[in-house]
Amino acid sequence: MADLRVKFCGIESPNPFWLASGPPTNTAGQVMRAFDAGWGGAVWKTIGERITNTSSRYGGIDYNGAKLMGFNNIELISDRPPEDNFREIAEVKKRYPENLVIASLMVESKRETWHEFVRRAEDAGADALELNFGCPHGMSERGMGSSVGQVPEYTEMITGWAKEAAKTPVIVKLTPNVTEVTRVALAAEKGGADAVSLINTVNSLMGVDLETFSGRPNVGGKSAHGGYCGPAIKPIALHMVSSVAKAVKIPIAGIGGVGYWTDAAEHIALGASVVQVCTAAMHYGFRIVEDMIDGLSGYMDDHGFRSTEDFRGRAVPNIKDWGDLDLNYKIVADIRQDLCIGCQLCYVACEDGAHQCIEPYTVAGNGKKNPNGMGVHVPRIIEDECVGCNLCALVCPVDQCISMKQIDEGKPFESWKMRAARQ
Amino acid sequence: MPLRETAPKLTPEQYEESFADITPRMNARQAAIEAARCLYCFDAACTIACPTRIDVPGFIKRIMTGNTRGAARVILEANILGQTCGRVCPTEALCEGACVMVEKGEEAIEIGRLQRYAVDHVLDRNIRLFHAGSPNGRRVACIGSGPASLSCAAALARKGYAVTIFDRAELPGGLSTYGIAAYKTRVSDSLREVEMVKSLGVVFKQKVEIGRDISFAQLEKEFDAIFIGVGLGETWAMDIEGEELEGVCGAMEFIERTKVLPFPQVSIGKRIACIGAGNTAIDVVTAARRLGAETVYLVYRRSEKEMSAFPYEHELAKNDEVIFLWQTQPVRILGDSGAVTGLECIRTVLGPPDARGRRSPEPIPDSLFTIDVDMVVRAVGQKPVTDFLRAVQGIELRKNGTVVADAHHQTGNKKYFAGGDCVNGGSEVVDAVAEGMAAARGIDAWLEETSGAARREN
Ligand SMILES: Cc1cc2nc3c(=O)[nH]c(=O)nc-3n(C[C@H](O)[C@H](O)[C@H](O)COP(=O)(O)OP(=O)(O)OC[C@H]3O[C@@H](n4cnc5c(N)ncnc54)[C@H](O)[C@@H]3O)c2cc1C
Ligand SMILES: Cc1cc2nc3c(=O)[nH]c(=O)nc-3n(C[C@H](O)[C@H](O)[C@H](O)COP(=O)(O)O)c2cc1C
Ligand code: SF4
Ligand code: SF4
Ligand code: SF4
Repeated sequence: MADLRVKFCGIESPNPFWLASGPPTNTAGQVMRAFDAGWGGAVWKTIGERITNTSSRYGGIDYNGAKLMGFNNIELISDRPPEDNFREIAEVKKRYPENLVIASLMVESKRETWHEFVRRAEDAGADALELNFGCPHGMSERGMGSSVGQVPEYTEMITGWAKEAAKTPVIVKLTPNVTEVTRVALAAEKGGADAVSLINTVNSLMGVDLETFSGRPNVGGKSAHGGYCGPAIKPIALHMVSSVAKAVKIPIAGIGGVGYWTDAAEHIALGASVVQVCTAAMHYGFRIVEDMIDGLSGYMDDHGFRSTEDFRGRAVPNIKDWGDLDLNYKIVADIRQDLCIGCQLCYVACEDGAHQCIEPYTVAGNGKKNPNGMGVHVPRIIEDECVGCNLCALVCPVDQCISMKQIDEGKPFESWKMRAARQ
Repeated sequence: MPLRETAPKLTPEQYEESFADITPRMNARQAAIEAARCLYCFDAACTIACPTRIDVPGFIKRIMTGNTRGAARVILEANILGQTCGRVCPTEALCEGACVMVEKGEEAIEIGRLQRYAVDHVLDRNIRLFHAGSPNGRRVACIGSGPASLSCAAALARKGYAVTIFDRAELPGGLSTYGIAAYKTRVSDSLREVEMVKSLGVVFKQKVEIGRDISFAQLEKEFDAIFIGVGLGETWAMDIEGEELEGVCGAMEFIERTKVLPFPQVSIGKRIACIGAGNTAIDVVTAARRLGAETVYLVYRRSEKEMSAFPYEHELAKNDEVIFLWQTQPVRILGDSGAVTGLECIRTVLGPPDARGRRSPEPIPDSLFTIDVDMVVRAVGQKPVTDFLRAVQGIELRKNGTVVADAHHQTGNKKYFAGGDCVNGGSEVVDAVAEGMAAARGIDAWLEETSGAARREN
């Protein structure tokens, strides 16, 4: 069986699955149960000066009956006194020396305060530190969280302060609420960070109650913007992880929308050494890690990967600038008549939303009949017109029914950059 | 009627339980989940399969988004009896049978129940979706108040016609009220729908028989066009010995009693035989079992393969533990002191298929046997009731009594249009509704055309 152990800036984790800083890592009791379930590490709920949280504080987006496709919170950092958190970190480390406990920190932007908290966390036995420069709400209004992470200079400066005092690795957690995440990642690296983790939550407002006109989440009829996370943000996270992977040399913890082992494997393929999970654990509990471990090692066995290092970052070279893509690569849609159920969704999508190159159905159909003897209306692709956008394949509700087949037109590779250079 | 032995009475709760809705209402959450399964097909197969062409994905999408009133509007716009259809349509043979989910290997979307959910929503809240059109000065009479006439009348009233419906029965609604199994729809459900048609200004004149109480000359004088929606009539007789005995009745009469009388007052034998194997026969045997009859036989000359009832109707009867006597032909009904005591039958063998592919049953000599029953119900088809139309010049009747009408549902006498069971020979509610709608369009087009012609002549 594949070896899931991971080395991450000098420290070793039993597996690449960590709980991200959040409600699941609020107390020693939770973290110890999580380790029992199989989590390799846990980033403690961010520690700082005591705050007060609101109720409610979460919002969810359901899609077609599935719950929490997206999740949002207006929660701040830990609402427990720092001394309680540090004491419990010590307790957990004593009982679970193999598992990693990372202390997440966020304090006012003063050098001495950062020095003090770094020292206290390390005294408690934390294996590493994560600087929370990402929280997009509440703390940022107080000059912390994303108001640090959005300014490369502050990020570099405060990372430097932490490094001055730290003996353990310093991980800088990045916010996605910036125009160019690599600039902040480079600033963290320059400030001495041993690793970066990303992404924190995405700025968002969950919705409006159309009867009362209050926003969601609702705090006594009022609302505030908060952080979006869960399955919906995975694509944003993957993009940012891959671009940071190209920009920095230090290791990366991938965060955002990890719920299945496949999500984790994608983060790793794009350069992450470990992944962190918050929403999925809040939704289903710590037990989800069982399948993550199982699924990932099964995948690795199937592909002959002995450690995650064998495929880490493998997809990164395939992520290009648009201008480097082959403009002569041509595919067209192909419908498998035997699988088609005749819903005509591909037809209407192409007709109204793409390039008008599907015929609704030949009235005689393909001779296919449904169990009641009615004709199944199988549409037909007009191959000469198809631009290969693949919208139809995306809307088709039947697996494998529409595939995109490659047409070899005998033309050489030609990118836009090559074309522009010739002109 | 005095029967030899009657079934034991049930408690009021038992009656209600056995006649409870077989497709119960959905609650909002069930409806939302089911609606979310729909793929929202384009040019959807389910819509094509619906005789009234309800925009099924259109209304299901509206249920999903919480726009239930809009969903009801989409349904009723196409089919004013959307509620009854949601309950009684043979959906497996229509929309749900065509649903692409079946082809995908999943359960069909429960279109009928969703439809009922949406229409119930507006009926429960007395939401008025439609109004009478501004009067156009034209008057139309409908003969019969069944689904065909209701649909024709509603469509015309919305266009501004003054419509009067005449029906010889006490209650309006035709077989929607009197004929469809109580576990699918109740008299009150049908009347609720009739109220919706009334709210469009349609006038109902019950207990008026056209041809007897009102003459055609009178009708023609008062109305610009006349729609014939008289359906079919009583059950055919079988012409066998003993049919006059107490305890022998036709399916229509028996079913009507289960609809209009309180259940305990429906007289029901302890042992019953029903003759025939169509959907009506199924309604008889299931009602009999639900009323407490202990032994219920369904007697049919041909085999199970030839039965005309829909497969799921057959299934209903099987679940009610009905005893099927296939290839069994009734010979005579036995009686004692005027009451039924038994049914003498003979076994049959099926001959070669005839021109229509039906195999005709031949009695097997020496295979007579008797079943012990207290009641015999004939379910061998309904007689036509169109004889009275022979008084109208130009209207043509087929040999089986159905009215000949063209694609616009106009008869040989241009002033008369016709639709529903009396034209199609007996089909489903939804077909009657579709034909009533088509006739309304036909009437409107014809009157537009003739009045235009009249204007031109002046
Ligand atoms: C037992 C039974 C069960 C059925 N179950 C179902 C089912 O589950 N689902 C389904 O979709 N369909 C079912 N049907 C079929 C459905 O009921 C009919 O197709 C439908 O009612 C036909 O509508 P209609 O308007 O043509 O006629 P009808 O509903 O028969 O209405 C005709 C009306 O005309 C009146 N009338 C007749 N002659 C005159 C006259 N001279 N003057 C005035 N009024 C007159 C009658 O009183 C009657 O009210 C069933 C039918 C039967 C018999
Ligand atoms: C309720 C909630 C509270 C969170 N609190 C913190 C926090 O205190 N510190 C922090 O660095 N990130 C916090 N996060 C962000 C998560 O650690 C993580 O970056 C983000 O949720 C994306 O991962 P996910 O898609 O697996 O949830 C919080 C997230 C949630 C949902
Ligand atoms: S790939 Fe795009 S253009 Fe081609 S048929 Fe499909 S939707 Fe139309
Ligand atoms: S979307 Fe797929 S299943 Fe539907 S009609 Fe097109 S090819 Fe067939
Ligand atoms: S065929 Fe089925 S899935 Fe498609 S629109 Fe109709 S009900 Fe929905």
